[in-house]
Amino acid sequence: MTTTAASPAPAERTSLRTWAWHAVCVVIGLVLLYPVLWLLTASFKSGEEVISNLSPIPKVFTPGNYTEAVDGVSGLTLWRLFGNSLLVSVGTVVGNVLSCSLAAYAFARLRFRGRGLYFALMIGTLMLPAHLMLIPQYVIFQELGMVGTYLPLILPKFLATEAFFVFLVVQFIRSLPAELDQAAAIDGCGPYRTFWHVIMPLLKPAIVTTTIFSFIWSWNDFFSQVIYLVEPETYTLQLGLRMFVDMDGSAMFGPMFAMSVLTLVPVLLFFLAFQRLLVEGVQTTGLKG
Amino acid sequence: MSQATAPPRPMPPPSGALPAARHPSRRRRSQAVSGHVFLAPWLIGTLVLTLGPMVISLYLSFTDYDLFSRPRWVGLANYRYMLEDDRFLTSAGVTLEYALIGTPLKLAAALAVALLLNRASRGVGLYRAAFYAPSLLGASVSVALVWRALFATDGATDRSLAFFGVHVGGFTDNPDYALYPLVLLTVWQFGAPMVVFLAGLKQIPKELYESASLDGAGRMRTFFSITLPMLSPVLFFNLVLEIIHSFQAFTPAFVISGGTGGPSDSTLLYSLYLYQQAFASFHMGYASAMAWVLLAVIALITYAVFRSARLWVFYAQEDAS
Repeated sequence: MTTTAASPAPAERTSLRTWAWHAVCVVIGLVLLYPVLWLLTASFKSGEEVISNLSPIPKVFTPGNYTEAVDGVSGLTLWRLFGNSLLVSVGTVVGNVLSCSLAAYAFARLRFRGRGLYFALMIGTLMLPAHLMLIPQYVIFQELGMVGTYLPLILPKFLATEAFFVFLVVQFIRSLPAELDQAAAIDGCGPYRTFWHVIMPLLKPAIVTTTIFSFIWSWNDFFSQVIYLVEPETYTLQLGLRMFVDMDGSAMFGPMFAMSVLTLVPVLLFFLAFQRLLVEGVQTTGLKG
Repeated sequence: MSQATAPPRPMPPPSGALPAARHPSRRRRSQAVSGHVFLAPWLIGTLVLTLGPMVISLYLSFTDYDLFSRPRWVGLANYRYMLEDDRFLTSAGVTLEYALIGTPLKLAAALAVALLLNRASRGVGLYRAAFYAPSLLGASVSVALVWRALFATDGATDRSLAFFGVHVGGFTDNPDYALYPLVLLTVWQFGAPMVVFLAGLKQIPKELYESASLDGAGRMRTFFSITLPMLSPVLFFNLVLEIIHSFQAFTPAFVISGGTGGPSDSTLLYSLYLYQQAFASFHMGYASAMAWVLLAVIALITYAVFRSARLWVFYAQEDAS
């Protein structure tokens, strides 16, 4: 990597190897990002061209796809779908951050009977397939009259059902020095004030990681939305995209891909803003993207 | 998991060692109360949305239930029917094929690229981020739609292959090949396990490589004698997680096949068939039984991987003692 080696020959070899390494990485990057690039360019192509033209550059530049995408599908404007998605995702983020840090604090710092058992239970639920709870949960929400509303999508997040995030915050709190809690106790803080005034402000990195992953996962989520949202007015972007698919015919291709691009914009913005943190967040917890 | 996550500094002592004030027993009691207060949301969630539903789902799996009338007890009929249900057997086979091809390819790609990126060089952060991006985008309907278009008959892949004289006749419309685009889509998302591998590679002490090079070990030798054994706990972790993930894949198969699992059920992943049974045919009892079989299979495979781990997973600490 260093180019200031003693003799010119090894230096040359090193720089050649570095170039080769960069070349390999760039090629892998291009292959991996090709589908995203394809999506971006397809969104500017006319319907027939999406299938017929292999070149990434549109023959007929069709920005009109985007106006059609904003008009939406079946009387649902893009803004409507966007707003619905945002509501679900923001609700999810708030719920996860609050309930998971509360539970994590108890697991990491408080001593009480049953804690070990609870913790084992929490770790156990990490591995459970969601299918197991799916039907009874649906029946419960149905009985409560909540099917068709956002509550089945948001309410569980306020009850710390995503053990991934509880575990993530537990790991983080464990890395904070215990002297903090002790100092707060000596100053007369009970657990509530210690949590809120001492721990919570220090949790910022863990909260940011939870926020990013909660947002992106719930934004991309399709399974629970397709099950619980039945009224078109409540549809999210993912369901809107699916409605495009149901309308067959290549004329819809352009607007459909334009809407796909717009749907990915928040994810991409989060990604660009926090890419370093995202990668580190995965590294330290083994979280899956 | 702890291999990849061990923080650099020693673990703080348990805070139970707090300098208890004048009333240790009162302090302990207040911790018990506040502990349950802090855990209240999680406790309610676990009881009402996890444990309760598990019990109900076990019960429903022995019943005939259509969501509208009362569940009718049928004993083992749901489980017995699986053996005669051709679509069930197909979906199990498709899922197994998907997991068996996809998981090794994905992990191999993740490991290879992690090794490539395991160097301090300019641009390495950028590459890491770029290779990780598909893991975040891949679960979305948008990307599934791209795949659908790329691998359709006369789509980009089909035409490119035809250019080289290979005539497949489309992927997503061809029962013989329709599963491969789905496999490719999961392999494309190798970024998440790659990042975990990278964390594992960082934990390997440099001295091992130095002494290996003094002993004149070549690259292959170093890889098989040092890197791979030292990485085996992380590999194990990734393997278990990826297996669990691949058994639960849903969105891409749903979007690409238009919800049918077609053509000719060639992309009927287990989750998709379960969804169809539960929310299209309202066979809630049968779908519950399918969920329990899924859990049993995942548990069995995880157990088998755990058992085999004794043979191939190497823990440095254990070895030292």
